[in-house]
Amino acid sequence: MTVSDGKPAQKYTHMPESKPAQSPLRQQRRLEKYPHALARYAGQAVAYAAFVVLLAFFATAPAYSPVDPEAAMIKLSFIHVGQRKVECRKMSPEEIALLPPNMRLTLDCPRERLPVLVELELDGKLLLRRELVASGLSHDRASSIYQKFVVPPGRHVVTARLRDSARTEGFDYTRSTDVVLKPRQNFVVDFRAEAGGFSFH
Amino acid sequence: MLKQIRQAGPWLLSRIEKIFSVAFTPAWNPFYHLGALTIFFFWVVVVSGVYVFLFFETSVTHAYESVEWLTHTQWYLGGVMRSLHRYASDAAVVTIGVHMAKEFINGRNRGARWFSWFTGIPLLWLVFPLGITGYWLVWDQLAQYVAIATSELLDVLPIFSDPMARNFLTNESVSDRFFTLMAFLHLIGLPVFLLFAIWLHLLRISRPTVNPPLGLMIGSLSALTVLSLLWPALSQAPANFSQEATGIGFDWFYLLAYLLLDFGSPALMWLVLVGSSTLLCLLPWLPPRRRSPAAVVSLPNCNGCGRCVADCPYNAVSLAPRTDGLAYANEAVVNAELCTACGICAGACPTSTPLRRKSELVPGIDLPGLPIRALRDWTLAAAVQPGGEPGARVLVYGCASGVNLAALRNSSVAVVELQCVAQLPPAFIDFVISRRHADGVFLLGCRQNDCHFRLGVQWTDERLAGKRDPYLRARVPRERIATYWGGQVTRAEIEGEINAFRVRLHALGPYQPVPATPAADEVAP
Repeated sequence: MTVSDGKPAQKYTHMPESKPAQSPLRQQRRLEKYPHALARYAGQAVAYAAFVVLLAFFATAPAYSPVDPEAAMIKLSFIHVGQRKVECRKMSPEEIALLPPNMRLTLDCPRERLPVLVELELDGKLLLRRELVASGLSHDRASSIYQKFVVPPGRHVVTARLRDSARTEGFDYTRSTDVVLKPRQNFVVDFRAEAGGFSFH
Repeated sequence: MLKQIRQAGPWLLSRIEKIFSVAFTPAWNPFYHLGALTIFFFWVVVVSGVYVFLFFETSVTHAYESVEWLTHTQWYLGGVMRSLHRYASDAAVVTIGVHMAKEFINGRNRGARWFSWFTGIPLLWLVFPLGITGYWLVWDQLAQYVAIATSELLDVLPIFSDPMARNFLTNESVSDRFFTLMAFLHLIGLPVFLLFAIWLHLLRISRPTVNPPLGLMIGSLSALTVLSLLWPALSQAPANFSQEATGIGFDWFYLLAYLLLDFGSPALMWLVLVGSSTLLCLLPWLPPRRRSPAAVVSLPNCNGCGRCVADCPYNAVSLAPRTDGLAYANEAVVNAELCTACGICAGACPTSTPLRRKSELVPGIDLPGLPIRALRDWTLAAAVQPGGEPGARVLVYGCASGVNLAALRNSSVAVVELQCVAQLPPAFIDFVISRRHADGVFLLGCRQNDCHFRLGVQWTDERLAGKRDPYLRARVPRERIATYWGGQVTRAEIEGEINAFRVRLHALGPYQPVPATPAADEVAP
């Protein structure tokens, strides 16, 4: 190394040399009595082999089934904006005049949306009934759901119902289908109001 | 009892490491290069990944086909590269896990070393997503599972207004844009952050080892290549969202945590991941312990030579312009936050010599908890044990991280404990032998390449071999010095080595000093 003032570090070489130092590694090897190189390489090969077998095995095995391979799956998922909680109201000329000129509209439309009520039935048995609150801080955005149901394969009647209005009884959209589900089949219940309501895939 | 349990971990680990040292020698022992091996695997992943990407098509309809073509048609290179990409990624997870376990068991995550441990935890949060996005790109059954499961996991966070999992309801709902996003994350976004995180992880370490020994690199790469040829990584059936993925060839190294999702819930998985990461982050302070006081500089004795700066394994010492008016350009400055109190700086200081007679023994830099003056006092006290076998009296200097040194004491063996073996200035060996305080000096430290304070064993070896300042004087007979870098060895093992050394000393006969002038015997402070 070089010292900070730029001069080389002092070496104490003014005394007569004694017996040359044995290299530390050689001394260590002698002390620990390492096996012959071939034996060591064989040992390394065993270690590498064990390591790669571990990698190869757990990279793919044991096989994993997140769901029962003999079962079918129904997924209910949609994004839908409920109707307005309060209907738009036509503002009076006086009310409009109070607004800044660049924000003058004829209709006052509160942003908040109604929650969406959804029901899913399988063979007449209720799987799900949930009220989906509209997202957004002011609850002015869409309601959404993503829900999975593991069901036995075979013939089923799937019925989906949805209410997005202020009505207190009944539903705005209902659709039912008779389906034969195979093991592992993924049956999707989606909803698009613009396409007429529920769709089954 | 608690102490015994705490000591059982390091002891067991050292037994395993010792087995590997027999085959690999300490120089190539993979347990001593776990961090560097991980970085090496990362580079293997990068190179193989770049090659695979040259043939990869980032589209829903062609991603699977392009990977299949590479795997089967160009199996001799593309297939091997793909397999190397996967297996090196898995190997990195193994080395990361063992690296963390080893550092924790040996208590090397505490004190000033908290930073490296702490910054290692975000690395985990980059490595796993990197692997998971890679599986996503293959677009097979595993990708299908990973896509849905990861989406469900992310959907519980209040960051997406619409369920992300809706993108994977049907085959028609997946778009090519999604592949572009995944490719960006996997190929550029996450690797760049990972490189930055690795840099941060090593920031407070002096001379970090970022490459393992060549032999270990060749061995590891060869083993992975042979594995890639014999057991190539293959795709599973193509993704098909009209059916649930079952019987998946699961990568347990990367996806183990997904069991929490399937058998618990996304919220449980987040709870466990965030909770365990927080706990890992706090481990350096659990339970709280008092830190050893940091090294201090004695300006009247410091000439700013910089040897302590060069030897500090944690960049805790630096040089700054002189502040006391003495005629030296610089002075040493200790950053107490970075100091692990290993004492290596004191061992490097040329003023740390017990041969000094004309002034009080206060070196330019020293440990308040175990000063050089105390080392000399203990050395002198240890050397006056009565009843020792003439010609075979041994003074053992050992580091506190190894065996129970007190148990080695007998009438012919005296013991002085150091923080690190490199805390011992070479002048002490000269002092002990030339003043006949003992017939030989036995240095006992951690295993080579596995020093508790990283570089202590290496610096000691180089000082004794005359390759590093401060050198051991040439006049000191090397045959009266033995080093044993055994780490956590048993008392019987170390006693066997000391006894063998004593036999050699006995055969040498009494020490015959080389004629020396008084001036040569003194080292000016």
